[in-house]
Amino acid sequence: MLLPEYRSKELLAKYGVPIPPGFLARSSNDAETLCARLNTSRYVVKSQILAGGRGLAGGVKIVDTPSAVGAEVERLLGHVLVTDQTGPRGEIVQSVYVEAALDIVDNFYLALALDSATGGVMLLASEKGGVEFEERARMDDTVYGTTIIGEDTPEERKKIKAFLSEHGMGEDAVVDLAFAARKGFIENELTLAEVNPLAKTRRGDWIAADAKAALDPNAVFRHPEFEEFAHLQHRDAIEAEAQANDINMVKLDGTIGVVVNGAGLGLAMHDMIIEAKGRPANFMDIRTTATSLKIAKGVQLLLSDPNVRCILLNVHGGGITLGDTVAEGVSVAYGHAKRKVPLVARISGQNADRGLAILKEHRLPVEVVDTMSDAVARAIALAS
Amino acid sequence: MAIIVDNSTKVLVQGMTGRAGSFYTHQAMRYGTTYVAGVNPFKPGTEHLGLPVFGSVDEAKAKTGANASLVIVPAVKAGAAMIEAIEAEIGVITCVTERVPQHDMARVKAALEGSKSVLIGPNSQGILTPEQCKIGVMPTRYALPGRIGIASRAASLTSEVVSQCSAAGLGQSTTVGIGGDSLHGLGFVDCLKLFKDDADTDAVILIGEMGGREEEDAAEYLATGDYGKPVVALIVGRHAPQGRRMGHAGTLSVFGTGSATAKADLLQRAGAVIAGNVDDVVPRIKTVLPNAAVA
Repeated sequence: MLLPEYRSKELLAKYGVPIPPGFLARSSNDAETLCARLNTSRYVVKSQILAGGRGLAGGVKIVDTPSAVGAEVERLLGHVLVTDQTGPRGEIVQSVYVEAALDIVDNFYLALALDSATGGVMLLASEKGGVEFEERARMDDTVYGTTIIGEDTPEERKKIKAFLSEHGMGEDAVVDLAFAARKGFIENELTLAEVNPLAKTRRGDWIAADAKAALDPNAVFRHPEFEEFAHLQHRDAIEAEAQANDINMVKLDGTIGVVVNGAGLGLAMHDMIIEAKGRPANFMDIRTTATSLKIAKGVQLLLSDPNVRCILLNVHGGGITLGDTVAEGVSVAYGHAKRKVPLVARISGQNADRGLAILKEHRLPVEVVDTMSDAVARAIALAS
Repeated sequence: MAIIVDNSTKVLVQGMTGRAGSFYTHQAMRYGTTYVAGVNPFKPGTEHLGLPVFGSVDEAKAKTGANASLVIVPAVKAGAAMIEAIEAEIGVITCVTERVPQHDMARVKAALEGSKSVLIGPNSQGILTPEQCKIGVMPTRYALPGRIGIASRAASLTSEVVSQCSAAGLGQSTTVGIGGDSLHGLGFVDCLKLFKDDADTDAVILIGEMGGREEEDAAEYLATGDYGKPVVALIVGRHAPQGRRMGHAGTLSVFGTGSATAKADLLQRAGAVIAGNVDDVVPRIKTVLPNAAVA
């Protein structure tokens, strides 16, 4: 669960990571007045969306006067920002953060994540921080280095300082910053804490010019102060509603509504549809805890999407999610739907026969197929 | 023979008295697996499903000789339950619980280091040696004893592959679900090593997906020498939109690395045979094992 920049910085600053002075602007008038607090002559006005790529998309502006800050806040609030990471629909800017601009001489990169091999806290560092870092790191993994950062002890400090020196950051201030971030990372159960860029200023200070913190969504219940950010995670009201019904859904822009149990089976189906030149309207994974009523909610969301021309149901019954449980859910959804688009059903595993019988009893416009390949071929034919 | 579990495995259940715990314990006992005890700190001395319930894993192990544990407790308690089993030196710990907090798993990983336990999961369907031992939540109706080893990151996809294999007469030695979370116990490399040494496994199927490093590590391991047995890999998520979280938590990677296509390429270069999609797994197995004994 990603936190917006301002909240990520606030979190890290609480543990001693230096950040520029700034404030959250809810209106342009507010912003102009609050500028006096920053005691600067250059301001950075930053859209608080969760996706990256803000700078290149015009979501970050540097200006010289409080009235220009006000004008930028006015322009950005409520604006839909489309970046290379938001998808075509973009994200609405709901808040704007204003900071004193830094006099930066060099940009570095510092991040913490959990090391999946050992469970230790992994420190990532690079002297090539800044907006192109991720792109560069994808191409060339020698751009950054990693090490495990343990408890704050004199020996561990020595080790971390040596590691940071290899990446141009071998100063005590950065060692302090790394251990401060580590404390915040562990206490808040983060899955990622990223400072990019970590700016070195002309005065020689090290300051987190931008920061990103991600909380473990499965641990938010232990950190209720962040619950207010949960609703920001879904770009889409439909995805949020599906989630509330134990269904993981990612909305896409195709014509085939896909209903699958299990993430892996869903991904397998998704690959097959795309490779057969079909266009899925969604990715769906019905969690094992979903009841038929919850499944019905998920299918209703697909049936109410005017782009959806057919529904492809692929279920492998087993454990608690049995074939008939899913079939009941689908039948309920069709019962309530105004548009009853054709349904291609492929149910295997436990209670498959009962599931298929339920679909037929409810007189759904169903075609039953035996294999996943056949299911994909029929769905594509019906959706075109 | 098989890997990790067989008919000498004696299972205790942490969370047996809960709804899911009761359901799956009952199913596994009906399948013929030896379940010997339940653990519930609030109900020691009681009985459930005809089995004694103990207050701690230590006591249950001492009184029943259990050598494996099924952890099926709510996510918030799963970390502590796994650590209790590790400290009691249970040999095989299988955790099926989903949504275990990652920092809890970090503590579990630290406890595992140098311990006598093997952890399967969490967020795994469990482990199945057909007709000998079921620890987990997978369906068994379509499983068939045989000579194919399966290691997988995705539960329902594995059930699908298992039923297609069985329908084609290709039985399974052991099916291991390593789990869908980024922090987990046993990995693909561990499974590959065990299957390599298992005289009753002729070929291995790896079922992977984008994200994480399991497939990369497996490729690195396979490339280091002659594995000696054919490996067929199905890696899904080739067309998953970048940066979106689709299903498993382990699929969100820090740097966007670990695409399904890159993983499949690495595995292919290391000598594995890549299945193009789910329906392609059985045909590939038949190519690499032309003389497979059909049960």
